[in-house]
Amino acid sequence: MREGKLKVNSDWNRDLKVKFTVQDPCQLVRKSLGDPIAEDLRFIVKTIVGEENFVDMAPNRSNNFCCGGGGGFLQSGLPEARRYYGRLKFEQIKATDADYCITPCHNCHSQIHDLKEYNQGKYETVHIWTIMCLAMGILGENERTYLGPDLVDVNPYPS
Amino acid sequence: MASEVIEIKKQAKSTFKEEVMKILPEGGNLNLCLTCGLCSSGCPATGLEDMDPRKFLRMASLGLDEEVLNSNWAWMCTMCQRCLIACPMKIDIPALVFNVRNRWPKETQPKNIRGSCDMAFKNETCSAMGASEEDFKFVVEDVLEEYQEAQLEFAEMQAPIDKQGAEFFLNQNSREPVTEPDEMVPLWKILDIVGADWTYGSKGWAAENYCLFVADNEMWEKNVRLKAKAVDDLGCKVWLNTE
Ligand code: SF4
Ligand code: SF4
Repeated sequence: MREGKLKVNSDWNRDLKVKFTVQDPCQLVRKSLGDPIAEDLRFIVKTIVGEENFVDMAPNRSNNFCCGGGGGFLQSGLPEARRYYGRLKFEQIKATDADYCITPCHNCHSQIHDLKEYNQGKYETVHIWTIMCLAMGILGENERTYLGPDLVDVNPYPS
Repeated sequence: MASEVIEIKKQAKSTFKEEVMKILPEGGNLNLCLTCGLCSSGCPATGLEDMDPRKFLRMASLGLDEEVLNSNWAWMCTMCQRCLIACPMKIDIPALVFNVRNRWPKETQPKNIRGSCDMAFKNETCSAMGASEEDFKFVVEDVLEEYQEAQLEFAEMQAPIDKQGAEFFLNQNSREPVTEPDEMVPLWKILDIVGADWTYGSKGWAAENYCLFVADNEMWEKNVRLKAKAVDDLGCKVWLNTE
């Protein structure tokens, strides 16, 4: 994106004003590449959804709470403990009032999606690639599984 | 938070904590605890199993090895390291937890994590869902063909497998090819648009490594080495693991 090879912007969301937050995966941020990668993540998300439509969780970046999907928790057969652990993440997302939580990690995606279902939250859980392709107008019908009713028909492709 | 008073019956000596300290850089600082409680106050696992990170560490320090080694809490701390960055003494409680997991006999470890670790070696793919070289190839080619036909701007798009000398070797979590193959496509499109020279490998393609979660050092390393060899064998410069 910085080299201009990937032409993507947030025009699609200028009037819609759909709000996004982002999960900082422990593995990516705190445990390996640190705050600089968290900044890259925000650069990408703000570019594709619009700076005014981005809301950060608190705390965030290296100080973010783990979602509770990591370390094998999703596969450990301890769903009650896992969801108890995830209550902080759920509350954090809820406090942003975001319509979507972007999750750059598979475990985070599964756990945050499950937390929403379990707690009857109102946000949707999406990978970055979904919103990036939506913004570029190249997201096909079958690639929209995780979009909510508000976005499922936006920027259809092929148009 | 901690509620029950723990009685120490005899002068116990921690052998477990001493052993862990020998293998950690700076002994994981495990002897430096000030009992300030910063770790516990910001840990989402505090309260589960009547445990919290400070209590876990203190119990290990007091030589309550049996309780520490048998606590199910070791599977509820995600080893996220939030406590480690908060700790004024940089005490590595997650590494202590990792080594507790390591001591659990294989047959008593949570069976889905253990099973996913073992399954990765059923084929040379590292797939925790047991997907083979052929399964992966079939799904990727099938999905690609479907999109090339239906979406004309992507008629020339590629999703190469075993492309010798490609710049990027891309791993793929098994979840997509096995349960939701359409989710692979947006990333292919992005790679196509930027003109990236990339490839999957028929061997070592699966991104996940559950052996890390059961703290099985031998199998964990074996999994990583299988993947790294696949990258080297194709002569790729950059290894991208999307986990
Ligand atoms: S934050 Fe560090 S020093 Fe404070 S109680 Fe926890 S382990 Fe001990
Ligand atoms: S690593 Fe474990 S003990 Fe430390 S904050 Fe994370 S879950 Fe809590």
